Amino acid sequence: MKRPNLHMLGPVVALVALVALGAFLNPSFLAPANIANVLARSAFIGLIAVGMTFVITSGGLDLSVGSMAAFLAGLAILAMNAALPALGPNLVTIILGIAVALVGGLAAGYLNGALVTKARIEPFIVTLGTMGIFRSLVTWLADGGTLSLQSGLRTLYRPVYYGGIGWITWPIITFAVVAIIGEWMMRHSRFGRHVEAIGSNERVARYSAIDVNRVKLMTYVFLGLLVGLAVVLYVPRLGSASGSTGVLWELEAIAAVIIGGTALKGGTGRVWGTVVGVLILSLIDNILNLADLVSPYLNGAIQGVIIVLAVVLQREKSAAEER
Amino acid sequence: MKRRDVMKGAALAATLAMSAGAAVAQDAEKKIIGVSIPSATHGFMGGLNWHAQDTIKRLSETYPNLEFVLATAGESAKQVNDIEDMMATRNIDGLVVLPFESEPLTAPVKAVKDAGKFVTVVDRGLSEEGIEDLYVAGDNTAFGRVAGDYFKANLQSGDKIVVLRGIPTTLDNERVDAFQKALEGSGVEILDMQHGNWNRDDAFTVMQDFLSKYPEIDAVWAADDDMAIGVMEAISAANRNDEMWVIGGAGMKEIVKRIMEGDKQLPVNVTYPPALISSAIEMTALHFVSKAPVTGRFIIGSQLITPENAEQFYFPDSPF
Repeated sequence: MKRPNLHMLGPVVALVALVALGAFLNPSFLAPANIANVLARSAFIGLIAVGMTFVITSGGLDLSVGSMAAFLAGLAILAMNAALPALGPNLVTIILGIAVALVGGLAAGYLNGALVTKARIEPFIVTLGTMGIFRSLVTWLADGGTLSLQSGLRTLYRPVYYGGIGWITWPIITFAVVAIIGEWMMRHSRFGRHVEAIGSNERVARYSAIDVNRVKLMTYVFLGLLVGLAVVLYVPRLGSASGSTGVLWELEAIAAVIIGGTALKGGTGRVWGTVVGVLILSLIDNILNLADLVSPYLNGAIQGVIIVLAVVLQREKSAAEER
Repeated sequence: MKRRDVMKGAALAATLAMSAGAAVAQDAEKKIIGVSIPSATHGFMGGLNWHAQDTIKRLSETYPNLEFVLATAGESAKQVNDIEDMMATRNIDGLVVLPFESEPLTAPVKAVKDAGKFVTVVDRGLSEEGIEDLYVAGDNTAFGRVAGDYFKANLQSGDKIVVLRGIPTTLDNERVDAFQKALEGSGVEILDMQHGNWNRDDAFTVMQDFLSKYPEIDAVWAADDDMAIGVMEAISAANRNDEMWVIGGAGMKEIVKRIMEGDKQLPVNVTYPPALISSAIEMTALHFVSKAPVTGRFIIGSQLITPENAEQFYFPDSPF
């Protein structure tokens, strides 16, 4: 049995410390309603970050996910509003919107993946490009304003974000299920092993008869699908999408992946770590709002310090692991 | 070539030359106005872009001798490039500019002014006085004060409110300072203020946390309609709709509509009209087509939108 080391424990220790700090500062921190809020709002970044773990582990990167989410949300809302006169405000229309978000996510992910693997362009450049494209498209679709879901549909769709089993709402359940599947895929599936192999040495992976391009393409498609799933949960929350939807989500997702112990250069991926990273990020926000610790102008600085600290904790053990 | 064809050719050439001459004469009369504004990345700017395009379209039809060049920029550096391009390639006669940021735009706009062009500055001032011929802006102090006065008049001493601020800027400070000043002496307690960044998602998150933190809240100043929508969603998810009302700001059409319908949770709104860009473009156009004096400062007041007057603030075609 492997001994737990500081590297593995770093993010968990940070998470536990944050929970203790939150409970100490404000008694309502541990109230089910607050926990449910924090977990539910983590779900968007969480789903995306699980997908991002695979992309980064394979040595890739995706900067387009925030813009992609905004664009898919816009598309889904437009599709549902357009189908409304023909189908009426019923479940079929909602399912159509969900399908648009998921299929759109698959297509957008495939586009990124194909440009990386088939056109052989650096992932940083490809996704920097598509980031601008998706962001402009949603602004254009919304005519610079906001796309809003028709209110009858909103009422019908709303429970997807706000409903659930008791206070454990659907976003929390979805996030948990996806995290478990993701962790299993990374640890135990052939796909996960191939992703890690490609990230640690692409040439060796190629010589080992791994279809490198196909696996890389699949990581982007999987991420796109999860962005679509995040959108399915996001749209019922506020029922709208605009040019400012999902701004900086890509950086939050990447930060969560790195805090969780996945190497930015690829090779080692840890989905459960990513989940911890996502929770750390949203807890910092929550605690800063619940307690008047510092000037709100400094919230960003506190987050920055904690992100860097979490990674420093891991470096310690990485050095020890050096072979 | 036959002789009559030569004659025909000469006649044709003469006609062409004359019409070309006429065209040149017309060109001399033609005035070009450049319009440089931030791009539509936020609801308010989306509305502003829509009003700019709408006004340009209408004015181009009304005044055939006016020509407009519209450029939108997502950051200051791009806006400076836009303005330089307008000067270099279009030789504009007038410039209407809503500076993305005051400091970086001051020198480039001054260069336009120094070249003898008519300059109109909109909303965000430049960092040096006396550059612009015309200044058109909303009133940030009044925006905060009008909202503060409403809270003071409609709450009792000891009532508790929370405030969502915009992106940290001097503009946001002006509004919040005026709001707090208006509340002074009312006994209304401001429980908390956090930045919602004029963004629905951020406002939703911050409001959820306020609701966890404070068991008693009587009213919310959301200070922006995008934020008001996020705030109301958080309130309704917590099932506390009946406990508090919300005042947004800027006159988003969905909000104005709900005020028209007499929504209890949204009693009033405070204007900060994105249509202020229209005032700026129209007055600049007047400078070129009439003898009316249009230099100076034009400050558009912040009005209280109530169910009684809401209709006149409702623009169903605008994206905002």
